[in-house]
Amino acid sequence: MSGQITLKSHRFRLEREHDWEALEAILKILESGGKGALSDKQIIDFPRLYRSTLSSLSVARATSLDQGVILYLESLSARAYFALYGSQSGLLKRLANFFQKDWPQAAKALWKETIVAALLTLLAAIIAFILVSTNADWFYTFMPADLAGNRTPVASTESLRETLYHDGDADGLGTFASFLFSHNSRVAIFCFALGFAFCIPSAILLMYNGFVLGSFVAIFTQKQLGFEVGGWLIIHGATEIFAIILAGAAGIHIGKAVAFPGQRSRLDAAATAGATASRLMAGVIIMLFIASLLEGFGRQLITVDEVRYLIGIGSLIIWCLYFYGPRRTASSIS
Amino acid sequence: MSTIANSSDFDRRQLITPEGVNLEIRLASLGSRIAAYAIDQIIINGTLVALFFIVVLGGIATAASIATSIFILLSFFLRNFYFMFFEMGTKAATPGKRICKVRVASRGKARLTADAVFARNALREIEFNLPLSFLFVQGEAVDAWIAVLGLIWSGIFLFFPLFNKDRLRAGDLIGGTWVVRAPKAELITDLAAHSAKTGAPYLFSQEQIDAYGVYELHTLENVIRVNDPETVEDVAQRIRNKIRWSEGASGSDLDFLQAYYAALRERLETRLLFGVRRKDKFDDQ
Repeated sequence: MSGQITLKSHRFRLEREHDWEALEAILKILESGGKGALSDKQIIDFPRLYRSTLSSLSVARATSLDQGVILYLESLSARAYFALYGSQSGLLKRLANFFQKDWPQAAKALWKETIVAALLTLLAAIIAFILVSTNADWFYTFMPADLAGNRTPVASTESLRETLYHDGDADGLGTFASFLFSHNSRVAIFCFALGFAFCIPSAILLMYNGFVLGSFVAIFTQKQLGFEVGGWLIIHGATEIFAIILAGAAGIHIGKAVAFPGQRSRLDAAATAGATASRLMAGVIIMLFIASLLEGFGRQLITVDEVRYLIGIGSLIIWCLYFYGPRRTASSIS
Repeated sequence: MSTIANSSDFDRRQLITPEGVNLEIRLASLGSRIAAYAIDQIIINGTLVALFFIVVLGGIATAASIATSIFILLSFFLRNFYFMFFEMGTKAATPGKRICKVRVASRGKARLTADAVFARNALREIEFNLPLSFLFVQGEAVDAWIAVLGLIWSGIFLFFPLFNKDRLRAGDLIGGTWVVRAPKAELITDLAAHSAKTGAPYLFSQEQIDAYGVYELHTLENVIRVNDPETVEDVAQRIRNKIRWSEGASGSDLDFLQAYYAALRERLETRLLFGVRRKDKFDDQ
C-alpha cells in the first residue's frame, strides 16, 4: 500500500470512464432536445458507446465491488436502452402509416366484434321501436329527460317537425359541434374502456344507445315523420353510430381476450388485444370529430331530406370501402 | 451526502436487452405513482382554470361562440391527450412522472409504441372517472344502493395496482406496459481511490482482511459515505475488536475505515477474479 492505485476495478473504471461520460452527454441531448441536436460523430458513436457501456456493466458486475459504478452503469445502460429501442419513427410517417394501414386493418380484424356490436344496437333499437309504438309510455323509460327535450309522444306533429329542421340557432353552431364532439368521444372511450370488465358493460351501453335510437324513431314515425327523421339521423348518424359501434367492438375485443385468453397467458392476450383495439379507438375519435361537424353544421344548414340521405348514405359507403374494401397487400406495394 | 440505496429485491425486474445483458430495472413505487398522478392532475386542472379565465375575460366579449368552442375543444384535448402526448415523447413520462423520476416502459422486449400508450391512457376513464362519477351520484333508497354497488365495482379498477405484483393498472394490462423507476445516477467517487491518495500506512494481515465479506464491504462503504462521526467511531471500534487490531489508534477513525475498505475490497475482488464471491462474513468457501 504505497499510495499507488493497485485495485484492478479502479483501473478498469479510469480506463472506461470517458466512454461513459460521452454516452451520458449524448443521452442528455436526446432526452432534452431531440435527434437534431446531435453531431454526426455522436450519432455514429451512440450505438458503439451503448454496447461498450453494456459490456462495462457485465464486466463490473463480475469483477468490481464498487457499488457506485454498478449502479451508475445500470442506470446509464437503461437510459441508453430506452433511448435506442424506445424511440419512435417520425410523427408524419406514423400518421401516414396510421391512415394507410393501422386503422383500416384494425377495423377489418375486428369485423366479428363489429357485427356483434351492430346487432346488439339494432336489436335494442327494434325492441324499443316496437314497445314505444304499442305503448307510448315506454318512451319515458328509455329516454333520459334532458336528451328528449320537447320531443315527447305528446308533442304535436308540427312541433316535432320543427325540431327536425330548426334546433339551435345558426350562431352557436361551432359551440354545438364542439360540445357534441367532446361528449360523444367520452361516451365512446367509456364504451371501449368498459370492455375490460368482460364485455358486459360495453354490451349494455351499446344496447342503451339502441334503445334511445329506437324509441326516438318510434315517436316520429307515429306522427308520419318517419322519412324525415331518417334524414335527420342519417346525415351524422351514419358516421357517429358506426363509430360508437366500432368503439363497442373494440371494448368487446378486449373483454373477450381477458375472459378467454386461449393458449396465451391472460396478460399477453390482453396486451395484444389492447394494441389492435386502441388503434381502432384512435380512429373512432377521428370519426366522431367528423360526425360532430356533420351534426353541428351539416344537419343545421342542410334541411332538404334527400340531400341529408345522400350525405349520410354516401359517408357510410365511404367508411365501409375504407375499412373493408380490397387493398393492395404489402407485397404488391413493394 | 446520500447513501447508495439498497432497494429491496422485491421491486427488481429483469429486462434482457437484445445484446443479452440483464438490465435490472426497478418498478416504480405506488407512492411515487400516486404523487405523479396528483401533480399531473394539478397541472391539468390549473391549466383548465387559467384557460377558463382567458376565455371568460378575453374571448366572450369579442367572439363568444368561437371562444366557447375553442374552450370546449381545448379542455377535451387537455383532459384526454395530456397523458398520451407526454408519454409518446422520448422520455415516456408526463411532467408529474418526470418529477417523481419514473417512466412508462414496455413490459416485453418490444418497444413502447403509440398504441400501447393510447390503450393505457384510454382506460383511465374507467379507473378514475368511473368511481368518481359513482361517488357523486345523488339518490335515495334503491338508487343510493345501486350507486354504492357501482362504487364498489368500479373500485376494483381503481385499486387494481394494489392487487398484482407488478403494480399494473388496468391500462397497463391492456397496453402491455409498466411504470419503472428512471433515476439518473451520478458517477460517485471511488472510495478506494481516495484512500490510496491519503495513503495512510495501515498494514493488515491476511487473516485480518478475511474477516468480512461483500455484504460488510458495502455496509462499510455506506458508513464512510455518510460519515456520521458517532457511527464511524462505533464501526471502527467494532472492526478493531473483530480483527484484534493492536496498533492503537494512529490516525483518525475515518482513515482507518478507508484503509480497511480498500484492503478488504482488493482481497474480495481478487477472489472474485478466481470465481469466489464471498457473500458475507458467515460465507466460508
